Amino acid sequence: MIEWAVITENLPEYAAGLWLTLQLTVISLAAGLLLAIPLAVLRTSGAAFVSRGVWAYTYFFRGTPMLVQLLLVYYGLGQFEWVQARWAEGNSLWLVFRDPYGCALVTFALNTCAYTTEILAGALRATPHGEIEAAQACGMSRLTMIRRILVPGALRRALPAYSNEAIFMLHGTAIASTITLVDLTGAARNAYSQHFAPFEAFIFAGLIYMCVTFALVGLFRLAERRWLGHLQARKSRQARA
Amino acid sequence: MIKKTLLLAGLILACQVATAKDWKQIRFATEGAYPPFNVTAPDGSVQGFDVDIANALCEEMKTECTWVKQEWDGMIPALMSRKFDAISASMSITEERKKKVDFTDKYYATPLALVAKKGSTLKPELASLKGKRIGVQRGTVADNFATRFWADHGVELVRYARQEEAYLDLSAGRIDASWVDSLEADGGFLTKPAGQDYDFAGSKVYGRNAEEKAVIGEGVGIAIRKRDTDLRDQLNKALAAIRANGTYERISKKYFPHDIYGE
Repeated sequence: MIEWAVITENLPEYAAGLWLTLQLTVISLAAGLLLAIPLAVLRTSGAAFVSRGVWAYTYFFRGTPMLVQLLLVYYGLGQFEWVQARWAEGNSLWLVFRDPYGCALVTFALNTCAYTTEILAGALRATPHGEIEAAQACGMSRLTMIRRILVPGALRRALPAYSNEAIFMLHGTAIASTITLVDLTGAARNAYSQHFAPFEAFIFAGLIYMCVTFALVGLFRLAERRWLGHLQARKSRQARA
Repeated sequence: MIKKTLLLAGLILACQVATAKDWKQIRFATEGAYPPFNVTAPDGSVQGFDVDIANALCEEMKTECTWVKQEWDGMIPALMSRKFDAISASMSITEERKKKVDFTDKYYATPLALVAKKGSTLKPELASLKGKRIGVQRGTVADNFATRFWADHGVELVRYARQEEAYLDLSAGRIDASWVDSLEADGGFLTKPAGQDYDFAGSKVYGRNAEEKAVIGEGVGIAIRKRDTDLRDQLNKALAAIRANGTYERISKKYFPHDIYGE
């Protein structure tokens, strides 16, 4: 027996939740990617000190669950009186950590940035030697080579792995509901506690997540066709004839 | 023909005997995060007023009680899917919940109250709370009350999975006040070191009109599945017995300065 009222009565809340989920996903992915590009370059740089520093950061964020990171940032930081004093005096940098939205964005961005850094670093290492030699033969400086050859090539090669990361991130934002944010999962939890009907409340949220996931997959497929076209299997003309 | 009728009657009787289950063991569930009503001891077992009352009922009924810990917001679905037989977790008897489960008579009744920093001028009234951030535990009577009367009228409601998290955020200054069962606030926060700078703000609310009373409900009862009417009746009988023989009063005194049964 399905209680449709669980869904219809809470439709506006689901819509608002979806909007928040999309915001969290898109903003944290964008911030994470922008930060990951320089970090990936540093990670693959010859200087062991710099490389190890970036490694320590990605190691921490990839080695602990995102839920634990979020609880640390939200409840953990708020515990310290020093932080509470900064909030009281209206310090705008620290106020970010008072707001659950700010806590979620910072945590998600740092988390996805760690994964993206490693994905990009891997793609950078996979740059064909020929491209580097050609760049050097043209007399490019190291910076120019990074800007024109290494990073664009790595971004292209990283696309398939990065599309997975984006989808993980979309699903990962569900834990925002543990710090009072009413995202898609939060809306489902509210609907569930009002009607005691977990199946309806969560299956509806699940279906929305699935639709968004498919939309993301479609977008990445378009992106891969655009930027990775040269690596895709060419369609044979003779086969059609 | 008579034989057949007799056989049929016998069968029906046998079935009834089978359904009138002999409750040798009752699996109780509680949350273990709602002091002093139910808390988790360092060794993982559950303690508190809810637990003591249910254990006293079992003793009265000469049955064995076992305890299961269950997150609050999954409590009723888990009862309905037979993960346990009864909930003794300070669950208020409300119309909404009665659609899904059955309740025993109330075993205590307490008012709701607003908890805020000492000296706060907030009152549990819409005019006073407009534009404020008020923390509630999701799915509690306090949540239902605030959702119904405040949320659509400019009060920003912040819902938590556990009441303890609302206290944490109150201490951290993320919310202006928490709207909660007054006894829970007293035992779980105000009398503890973490809550020494906090107090009740405004008067306690039992329900100031018929509408509010309908949301707050008639008190706190033990929830059971609708079909287990025999269990409900046995629990009610035992409850009346421990009220009469002084056991209830003894347990109440252990946790509270006064009898919390209500009128």
